[in-house]
Amino acid sequence: MTGDRPHSDEQADRFSEPPQTFEDREGREITIRALDPDGFDALAEMYAAFDPADRAQGIPPTGEDRIEGWLETLVDEGLNVVAWDGDRAAGHATLVPDGDDGESYELAIFVLQEYQESGIGGRLMDALLGYGRGNGVENVWLTVERWNTAAVNLYEKVGFETTNAESFELEMSFRLN
Amino acid sequence: MKVLLGIAGSDETDAALEETVRRAVEANDDLTVAILEETDHESSPDEVEARARDRLDEADIDATIRRVSGDPGSELVEIAEREGFDRLVIGGGQRSPMGKIQLGSITEFVLLNAQVSVTLVR
Ligand SMILES: CC(C)(COP(=O)(O)OP(=O)(O)OC[C@H]1O[C@@H](n2cnc3c(N)ncnc32)[C@H](O)[C@@H]1OP(=O)(O)O)[C@@H](O)C(=O)NCCC(=O)NCCS
Repeated sequence: MTGDRPHSDEQADRFSEPPQTFEDREGREITIRALDPDGFDALAEMYAAFDPADRAQGIPPTGEDRIEGWLETLVDEGLNVVAWDGDRAAGHATLVPDGDDGESYELAIFVLQEYQESGIGGRLMDALLGYGRGNGVENVWLTVERWNTAAVNLYEKVGFETTNAESFELEMSFRLN
Repeated sequence: MKVLLGIAGSDETDAALEETVRRAVEANDDLTVAILEETDHESSPDEVEARARDRLDEADIDATIRRVSGDPGSELVEIAEREGFDRLVIGGGQRSPMGKIQLGSITEFVLLNAQVSVTLVR
């Protein structure tokens, strides 16, 4: 991935590493933690329950096997944080390395429908970027469909800037370290 | 049906070729394979053409192979229209490290500008 990456230490410094516990706007107590192996099944269940209408660019995949195969890649290669409501996974955000340099990571975030618009996505971004910064991640990028207003607003709020607007999807990025 | 398949040397190529040839055999399509003269891929146009020829021979169908230079998206759309193709087939996008489908610029151009039906193969 190329393009100018906005840089702001001030912005990157404000993120905090997991764990984080807070009350969401519905009064539920939510804890965000880095994913440990014990959490895998609960996370797979969250994706099994995910509304297909909220899929983005083909992910999450559908069907138990495909979901597990996809999650295994994210867990093996990436940095993952999960928002827990008790032992239930309510949201997940992930950074997956690009391969070429070990510094550039692709980001994705999913919040289960019944937990959306309660402030969880914003906190997940904060925890994921704090976690990534702590692990030496330098560049974070993503692509998002133009009509996905919730996601575009969330990314802009965090400080992502559009680096390519020439195709169907917007490419956005953020410099962490 | 008169079908135009456009392929370059990207990851999507093999799936698109495989699926299109399979359907052509089944439906007795009149198939033309357009090899896009793009150089920024893993495989060169010559390699792609050799692969296509092998696959067509194997399937034992009588298809035309031709090379397309210039702007690939607009050339495909042009040829499809000018020569009365019923359908244009192209690859259905590559996957990012995360597994997201990403459509290339050729795919986008073809989807937006083609007057004939377009099939994306995945
Ligand atoms: C995008 C997504 C992760 C947001 O999560 P969320 O928990 O609902 O987000 P929050 O409640 O923390 O909201 C954070 C910000 O996102 C934006 N936002 C969230 N939902 C929105 C909506 N429905 N409309 C407009 N903006 C929205 C707002 O800027 C919001 O800030 P605000 O609360 O100050 O207005 C969630 O909607 C989702 O999982 N969508 C489906 C999957 C997806 O598209 N993922 C992104 C591509 S990988």
